This record gives sequence, structure tokens and C-alpha cells, in this order.
Amino acid sequence: MKIHDVAIIGAGVVGCAVARELAAFELDVVLIEARDDVGDATSKANTAILHTGFDATPGTLESRLVPRGYALLSRYAGETGISVEPTGAVLVAWDDDQLAALPGLRDKAVANGYHAAELVGPDTVYETVPALGPGALGGMTVPGESIIDPWSTTLAFAYDALARGIDLRLGTRVESVEAGPELTTLRTSRGDVTARWVVNAAGLGSDVIDALFGHRRFTVTARRGELIVFDTAARPLAPKIVLPVPTSRGKGVLISPTVFGNVMLGPTSEDLPDRTDTSTSEAGLASLLDKGRRIMPSLLEEEITTSYAGLRAATEHGDYVVDVDAGQRYACLGGIRSTGLTASMSIAEHLRDLLDAAGLPLKPRSDLPPPVRVPVLGEAFTRPYQNDELIRADAEYGRIVCFCEKVTRGEVRDAFAAPIPPRDLNGLRRRTRATLGRCQGFFCGAEVGRLFGEATGTGD
Amino acid sequence: MRPAVAVVGAGPAGLTAAAELAGLVDGEILVLERERVPGGIPRHSDHTGYGLRDLRRVMSGPGYARLLHRRAERAGARILTEATVTQVSDGRELEVTTPSGLVRVEPRALVLATGARERPRPARLITGDRGAGVYTTGHLQNLVHLHHGRPGKRAVIVGAELVSWSAVLTLREAGCRTVLMTTSQPVPESYAAFHLPGRALLKVPVATGTRLVSVEGDAGRVSAVVVEQAGTGRRRRVECDTVVLTGDWIPDHELARGTGLRLDPRSRGPVVDTALRTSRPGVFAAGNLIHPVDTADIAALDGKHVAAAVHRWLADEQPGEVAFDIEVDAPLRWVAPSVVRRGDPPPSRGRLLLWTDTLVRSPVVRVHQAGRPLAQRRLPWPASPGRVFRVPWSLLARAEPGAGPVRLSLAG
Repeated sequence: MKIHDVAIIGAGVVGCAVARELAAFELDVVLIEARDDVGDATSKANTAILHTGFDATPGTLESRLVPRGYALLSRYAGETGISVEPTGAVLVAWDDDQLAALPGLRDKAVANGYHAAELVGPDTVYETVPALGPGALGGMTVPGESIIDPWSTTLAFAYDALARGIDLRLGTRVESVEAGPELTTLRTSRGDVTARWVVNAAGLGSDVIDALFGHRRFTVTARRGELIVFDTAARPLAPKIVLPVPTSRGKGVLISPTVFGNVMLGPTSEDLPDRTDTSTSEAGLASLLDKGRRIMPSLLEEEITTSYAGLRAATEHGDYVVDVDAGQRYACLGGIRSTGLTASMSIAEHLRDLLDAAGLPLKPRSDLPPPVRVPVLGEAFTRPYQNDELIRADAEYGRIVCFCEKVTRGEVRDAFAAPIPPRDLNGLRRRTRATLGRCQGFFCGAEVGRLFGEATGTGD
Repeated sequence: MRPAVAVVGAGPAGLTAAAELAGLVDGEILVLERERVPGGIPRHSDHTGYGLRDLRRVMSGPGYARLLHRRAERAGARILTEATVTQVSDGRELEVTTPSGLVRVEPRALVLATGARERPRPARLITGDRGAGVYTTGHLQNLVHLHHGRPGKRAVIVGAELVSWSAVLTLREAGCRTVLMTTSQPVPESYAAFHLPGRALLKVPVATGTRLVSVEGDAGRVSAVVVEQAGTGRRRRVECDTVVLTGDWIPDHELARGTGLRLDPRSRGPVVDTALRTSRPGVFAAGNLIHPVDTADIAALDGKHVAAAVHRWLADEQPGEVAFDIEVDAPLRWVAPSVVRRGDPPPSRGRLLLWTDTLVRSPVVRVHQAGRPLAQRRLPWPASPGRVFRVPWSLLARAEPGAGPVRLSLAG
């Protein structure tokens, strides 16, 4: 029987970051994921913002980990080629309540150690984002807020973790737990996994896993966030992230550029009984369009490229839960909401320290491989189709297969040769952007399907 | 590269323009096509009906695509495939990605013939599960005719216009039965156009006055759709494993828009005059980019028409002043061309092309200029949503240059 030092349940952005972190030590790590790909649940459908943490509740764990994660992930993105654009954000106040809330938000930012936020008048707001609809009363700029490619982030962590020697088990669902004095055995849909320590990073399923260990720390409620993505032609309308001002009457929606050159409108926020329901709703989309029309009327004239729904793993606590039970050799990560993308590396770092204190022997490895490089997907960077030198060395980078997103045959080929090849078309989309554009496959859907079938030995 | 003319898009309009120009112009005619095979949409429309007006014969889409390709090459045009124009400068220079590297093309004249596409599901705000099995007609026909792929077994088609029936035929060939067609129109758009025996033979129920609200999925595949009846709001669930979204055209206008050509806000294609000049000197547009969408033969005849204008431009002919613009009243959505210059020829085929949002079976076209009635004529063909409504140029014979915009409206 193979015995792992650490088993991590859940290969979302947090689980992958933890796997990468722990694999930097002399540890045998196994990463178990119920779905067929990494980052295929909560991590794949978020607002893709690299947060400064200016609006966190001071004193919370989240307020500490988000700024730290921002610094760590910014640096890591530079090393690995994850697309990040430091666009900055502006909170826009549309009524007196919101305007009155701005000074408090600035004070909160300062309390969180963020000093760059500035209150501005309506003239500056409109200079910053000229496409805003009429009626903005004022705002606050947050220059540090950035946008990031969330898919490549999870993949980079997972690739790095694999390069550091972890064992990744996809399509493996944990069904029950058998705890012993020295070892814990996870009974999974694909056999037993035995480890000395277990980390629960199961996101939407984290309370279920926690219960298998006999805890009732929190209940996860799937909070659906629907988003509408507009075509790249809309990108000049949103040079910065336009954030709502939260008040006691609720939180509005944001308009954000994406690193892929689109503009995103959303999210809605609705608690659902079904933790797998990622369908979009008529009411949700209608409410987004209604709000979007007031914030930026010209955006609504643009073509909608896609809409989707993501599920946040909300809990009844207002903060992250990062607990280690030394006796059970079990760590639980819960309540990691949408800021978890930003905080993923600092959560991993924080957990590492807690595990260290709880007695997990951490001996740094001296033979770590260099960080991986992920494919260039962001519009702010030179993509393969724009790279003459690359194309002259390999003609496949000059053969565009997805015309809207300008994805080349070379990039599709590379995705299948990567450490974690896509197992379905959605996986291919997240790795290459193929078919994500305005035509949604009118021109290239059949060809991309064929390439997928060829590479995986399946039909479309 | 410094060709005399660069044509972007090797569909019916681009290939026909290139074939004509190769015979007229002393210099290289370069066609840039992003696909591996030239021909455009007809390549995967494997049914007959192509070539009627331009070639005076009837043939299949793929045969038509091959013939247009051959004709352009024989005439001496150079057709570069797998060549994607990624940017047009603020003049006429093109950035092109090809398998042999990046290429800059600096032509003396530029013809944009990039065609049109159908709006996909997200743009139509169809909610629900994101299962596989939802196609546009373009995607479906590409899948079936070029890749010999298989859709499902039971299809619901959104739309009941010409292209929708084309989708029915494609599905039938692929062994997929169409169980329902839905259209928001009170009558099926294509009744007048699609011949009755063909319709009877296909036996597809058409739900008029309905819209597709949402898609249900099961194990990653479409399992049913929800269809709502307008007026009553009554909803019903229709089991299917395939959904085909037809019609609802938008020009593939990204290059035209990116380079800052004036666009018609209604058709979203570039504004052109009767010689198919855009708002920028030396840049022309033809085909379904300017009228999304008409049949392939009409697009091809645009190509012929634009070639004459390009030829005159290369001979240093300066376009005349704008005489007047043409505008339309609802239910007409757009008109192309929409600019008339002094001294210019009539539009291609002596017809203005228009789009209507509602059916007018026996339409009377009224023409006004600055409030003054110019002409009124009952046309013997319907104004039908889902296909281009053609209006004879002669209705504008009395329009005066400099007297303000000419407006076209419809009466029943």
C-alpha cells in the first residue's frame, strides 16, 4: 500500500496552489479531484480580478491574505507568463447613499494597509471611464486592482506541482474517510488513497468533506453569480474595472475588462439549493442587462459573446476558514469566496505554516525545477499569431484555426501535449481560448472539434 | 507585398471581384482567405440553387465554390489561403498572419468581402444549461458537410427562413429528424420562397409566434428546450438533443470596424455608396458584409459591380460629391447601398437591398425626399423577414442631388 505524506482534496485554484507549495518540501503529495480537469468548478467562473484587498473587513484572515496573495501572485504571474493587466479600478457612486459610503471605504482601505485609494469627483470619474451613463456623483479610484487570467493561474499551479513530483488523480471522488491513529484512508470512486495528512480544499463540497472528519464548522451554500461577456469590440469602453459601491441596500454589479480583451458585466448573487446548477436564468440575465444599461448604456449596443454562471462556495461565516487539527492530521479550507483566486498563494503559504506548527515535517527540497511557462493568452502580450519569429520556426503558429480569438493550430497542439491535456472541449477552451469568441463556433467549431477528436481519439 | 488590389475573403463576392479585376487591371490581384479552402459559405451548403443569377445555371454549393475559385485563378488572381488579416491600418495596409510568417500587404485598392455569420446562442440570450448540441447553421453545415460529423437524432430549429430549411436538409442528411421549427414571426418567413412540395415533403411542424426561452441539459448534452408562445406566455417543453440557431445575421465586420470605417448602425456593415465605396478612399466593400444576408449569387454580382468601381479608382477617377443619403422607416431595418454620389452608376443589378422586420405580403414602397413624395409603387413580391427585400432603383429616379436624404417606407 502506497502511503502519501499529504492528500489534498480538490484541485481548484486553492488546492493546486497548496499542492505546489507543499511539493516544495520533501513530501509525497497526492492531489485528488472529483472532476475531470483542474479548476473545473468554482475556479473556472469568477470575475477574474486580482484584488488589492482594499475592501476586505479589517482584522479578518481574508484581509491579511488577499494583499499578501496579490503580491505573491503578481510576481508568480511574471515568472510563468500568466496574463495580468494592471488596469486599476474606479468605484462609482450613483446615489447619495453610495456617495456617502465612499469616505468609509477609503478609511477601510487605509485600515487594510492600502493607501492609494483616492476619492474623486464626477469629472474625474467620467474622464477615467467616458462611456459611463449619466448620473455618476463621484467615485473612488483603486489604482492597484488588476485583471488576471484565472484559468492559466490554476493550470500553472498544477503544472508546477506536477513538475515537483506530485501525484494528480482526476475524476476521483472522495466518498468516505477512514481515520486511523497514524494514517487516514480516503475511499474514493477510484480506490483507496492513504495519507498521513489530509487537506480539504473541496470548495463547494468542503462542508461535506469536513463532516466526514466529524466537524460541522460551516455549511456551504452555492451562490450563483451570472455574468455576461461582451465582444472584444467593447473593450475600449472599459479601460478600467468599474466597481459598484456596496451599501446596506446591497451590492451592485461590476463592469470589468478581461485579459482576453472582452468586457464582463456581473455578477448576480443568488443562493441555490443545487450545488451543481450552473445554468443561466432569465431573471439573472435580465437584471444584469437592466443594471448594465444604466451604468454603461453603450455597452449594451455591443454583441454578447457569452454568458455563464459560476457558483461561489459561500458559508455563514464572513471570513476564510483555515484550520488545522493536529490530532486528526487534517486541515480544512472553507469559505474561500471569489477573492480566493488572488489569495490562493498566500492561503497555501499560511496553511504551510499552520501545518508546520502542527507537526508536519517540512524539509525544503534543494532540487526544485524552475517555474513552468504557460501559453500566452492575454491581449496585452505578443500572442503566437503575432510572433513572426515563432511562426518562421514553426508554421503551425501561423495557421489560425479559431478566427475570432486568433488561436493557432500550434497552440491547440501544445494544449494536448501539456502536462494536463484537456479532456473535453471546455478544457481546450480554457487552455487556448479556441471557440470562445464572438462566433461561438460558427466558423471554427467543426474544425476545433475535429482537432479535439484527433488528439483524444474520440469523435466530437 | 504591394498588389494593385487586395481582396479580403474568398467567398462568392471576393472571388468574383478578383476574377473580374484580374481581367481589367494591369497588376496583381491578391485574395486573402483565412480558411484552408477558398469558396466561403457555399463550400458547406451541400444543396442545389447556387449560381442562378450570376452564372445562369444551377449547381450545388460546393460545386459553385470550386467553380468561382477556378475562374478567379484562371483569370490570373492570386489566392492566398490560411492567410488571416488581423489588422487594417488607418489607410489600406493589412497585417496578415500566414504559415510562412507575418506579411504586410500594401495595396492600391482594398476590397473587404468578409461576409456574415449567424448570432450564436449567448447573443440571443437563450438561458439554461450549457450542454453540447447547440449549433448555428454555419457550424452544423461545417460539421456535417466538411467534417462528416454527426449531430444528434432530434432537432429543434430556431427560425423558419431560407437558411432554416437549409438546416433541415443538412440534418436530414446526417440522420437527424427536425421535430420543430420555431419563429417569432406570426407566419413562417420563407413560405413564399421555399417551394411548397419541398415543405410538404419535409413535414416539419412550424411553431409561429414563439420564442425559444431556455435549454435543458443532461450529462453535458442538450435534452430539451422550453418554447414560449407570444401573447399567451404559455410554455412547453420539447425533448431534443440538437438545437440549431438559424438566421439573425451579423456581418463579420471586425476589420471594417477596427480600422474605423463608417458603419451602418442598423445592418452593422460598412456604409457604402452605389459604387460600393466605403467611407475611406480606395477601400471598397461587397457581399454579405454590407447586406447580411442575401443569396450567394447576389453577393457574387456585388463582386462584379465593385470590380468596375475599383478599376475606375485605379485609373485615378475621383468619386463625385454625395448627392443624398438613403434612409428607411420601420419596419424596414436597413438599406444598402445607402449613399448616392453625383455621376455614379446605379447599384448592382439596379436594385436597392433592404431588410424588413415584419411581413408585408403586398408591399407599397413610398419614397420621400425632405418630406416631398417622389414615388410610390406596389411591388409584386412580399417584404418578408429573414430575406432581403429588393427595391428597383427606378423608384429613386426623381430624387434631386443636394435636396436632403431620401426615405423609403412601406405600406401594406
